[in-house]
Amino acid sequence: MAVNIISRLAWRNVWRHPRRTWLTIGAMVFSNALLVFMISIQFGMYGLMIDNTLKAFTGHMQVQAPGYKDDLKMRQVVPDAATLAEKLRSELKLDRISARSSAFALLSSEDRSYGVQVFGVDPQYEPGVSTIPGLVREGRFPTDNNAQEIVIGKTLARNLRVETGDELTLLGSGRDGSFAAAVAEIVGIFDSGVPDFDRSIAEIPLGFFGDVFFMDHAAHSIVIVAPALSAVEEYRPRVEELLSPADGLVVHDWNALQPGLKQAIQADISSAFFMYGILVILVAFSVMNTQLMSVLERTHEFGIVMSLGVTPGRLGRLVLLETGMIALAGLVLGALVGGLITLWFGYKGFSYPGMDQLAANFNLPSRFYPQVTVLTLFLGPVFVFAGSILSALYPALRLQWVHPVEAMRSLQ
Amino acid sequence: MKVVQISFLLASRNLWRNYRRTIIMLVAISVGAWAMIFMTALMRGMVNEMLRDGIRSLPGLVQVHNSAYRDDPSINNLVSMTDIEIETTFAAAGIERYATRVRVPAIISSERESRGVTLLGVDPLRERSIEAVGSVIAEGRGLESIDDNGIVIGKKLAGKLDTEIGKRIVLMSQDPDNEVADRGFRVVGLFEANLAAQEEAFVFAGRTVVQKMLGIDGRVSEIALTGDDYRNVELLLADTRRLMDGRDEVLSWQELDTFLGTMLGVMDGFVLVWIVVIFLALSFGLVNTLVMAVFERVREIGLMLALGMRPSGIMLQIIFESLLLLMLGLSIGNALAYASVIPLKDGLDISVVAEGMEMFGAASVLYPEIQVNDVVLANVVVLTLGLIASLSPAWRASRYEPVKAITKV
Repeated sequence: MAVNIISRLAWRNVWRHPRRTWLTIGAMVFSNALLVFMISIQFGMYGLMIDNTLKAFTGHMQVQAPGYKDDLKMRQVVPDAATLAEKLRSELKLDRISARSSAFALLSSEDRSYGVQVFGVDPQYEPGVSTIPGLVREGRFPTDNNAQEIVIGKTLARNLRVETGDELTLLGSGRDGSFAAAVAEIVGIFDSGVPDFDRSIAEIPLGFFGDVFFMDHAAHSIVIVAPALSAVEEYRPRVEELLSPADGLVVHDWNALQPGLKQAIQADISSAFFMYGILVILVAFSVMNTQLMSVLERTHEFGIVMSLGVTPGRLGRLVLLETGMIALAGLVLGALVGGLITLWFGYKGFSYPGMDQLAANFNLPSRFYPQVTVLTLFLGPVFVFAGSILSALYPALRLQWVHPVEAMRSLQ
Repeated sequence: MKVVQISFLLASRNLWRNYRRTIIMLVAISVGAWAMIFMTALMRGMVNEMLRDGIRSLPGLVQVHNSAYRDDPSINNLVSMTDIEIETTFAAAGIERYATRVRVPAIISSERESRGVTLLGVDPLRERSIEAVGSVIAEGRGLESIDDNGIVIGKKLAGKLDTEIGKRIVLMSQDPDNEVADRGFRVVGLFEANLAAQEEAFVFAGRTVVQKMLGIDGRVSEIALTGDDYRNVELLLADTRRLMDGRDEVLSWQELDTFLGTMLGVMDGFVLVWIVVIFLALSFGLVNTLVMAVFERVREIGLMLALGMRPSGIMLQIIFESLLLLMLGLSIGNALAYASVIPLKDGLDISVVAEGMEMFGAASVLYPEIQVNDVVLANVVVLTLGLIASLSPAWRASRYEPVKAITKV
């Protein structure tokens, strides 16, 4: 019964000054809606950024010789890579595992020469770990592991003034530092949409690469795509177990391979959360102000009920309960408004001037469709709620020092 | 005039009647103003540094290329004038801060490793005048003249090539007839740059040496010009266009690096949005405070009206109270923002996320920069919008019926 009276009392007190209450709720709804929308966009973008970046080339994990990740030196190899890749595929029951090598080489056509990074890839398994084979717009991706064939980017093809069917000369240095040269036929041209990327990369079959650069069945990395990003931690130890200790190989997860990715996200999160924090603090002050006013104007009334035997603690709880009611209204309405705005943009797509330019740098599309999840819907509002309750502690605790007689004397 | 004075006096006294409420609101406004300016200073610092790095790496504010060069940066697409013609034309026009450079893709090989790089044939004195990347030498010496036989490479690249000062490397590129042009160089110096990518991308050699190696005597790939203010390049752009007389392609840094160009615009937009968002979050509290202040003083306002004060005087009182509150809060907030930047003078080290920042094209030390125009913008926006927000409570207060207001319990 007592609980009922307190909550009824609180409810009535909340609506004593409807305008004031609505303004306070308004502050919460504004912040909450903004937080829901921003956080939905942010988290969605991070997911896309990671997926798109890893999907393109990196995969979720790579088996490499120690040091290769940073130095990319020709002699840092995974010995007998094709066999190891096959073993991983069968033991882990995963298809999306492929061996890969890379070298810098000068590619020359009849008129032009460009230095590019040439990758040796396994024609059969590469499509499972990289999007490049799927981006071949003209011609085809090689199918024979030993064919003297090459796939280049659209920009490079234009710069070299070649098309499919033409021949290119490769010049570089092999694994042992000796001179490496070969001729390959262009069988496909890919278009990733990023001109600089399309100018700097070429792919040839792994077997052919091994012959040209004297790799002796070795490769530089084995790329592994786990069933999901979240499964990486589970698969990593299993991969490590399958490596023979004598080879001294290491397994790098995506975070080690693309350290910039997680750090860019961290940098973005910390600056964004600084801003969100400020919003929460401002709302908290607004609540503190309202609740302090509502306590001060009731000094007389509180004096009376205290002299009738109501403890300050109970009155404090009353004030907190009132705040809780306001904050709950703010949370529900804010999440609702924010959720609806997000849904609308999820349907229409979200973009701002200049986004296409910036987005391309992070492998993001120029129009973004945010999605509402429980996390993005409540993460921000929960903090606003907690901040509101915390800020009401000051007015609530002040009641401890109220003296009933003095309070009763005070004018309204 | 008298009304204004009285209203102002009343407003300033009213403000301290309920000092607790005023202080809470002041704290909120100060925190808001501080956040506006401090956050903007951090972002500005990051973006400005990014722009400076980007412009150093381009380099310059304006560049001249053969119109085919940007799509096809090869030895066959050279600037139409010879370097001597360029020198006389630019000297006649009084332009001093420019550099002529041969810029071609090349392969650099040590005895162990090969890498793809951009080979730059430069005039070291001119490079310094445009503050191009590569001028900061970490080890060894810089290039000394345009026929310096040595080569300067990035520190990071040296590590990857397993090479060091005094060792020989071979550069391989193509001449205009697509014959392989190669030449051995001795590494004489290692340069340092803010962004790791720059240390791996560029190698520098004397211009005439490179011209001879490639067989393009007297010809260059680009002219880079610089000025004092990257926000104002129109004049430099127009001058250069006039000098080049329709030949070749003359572009500003915004057109050359569209990412950087967009970044500046997005940043300006962000500053305004951030200021407005903070203000909106504050405005609810502000209006609330004013509504409460009016509500408490209904009887008093009624009395003043009954004694003959005009409604406009009441309105002025409330508006003054609001403006005073805002100005006090803003001053404290501004002072706090300036104060909090002082300990960060030597930069905020964010190297834990260095590789992430590099994805943005930003360096790993952040130097907050308070720009006067941002501070003015923040204060003007808050005061203007604050004034607008307080109109409604002020209007209501001035419309009370005196008798009803006085008798209100």
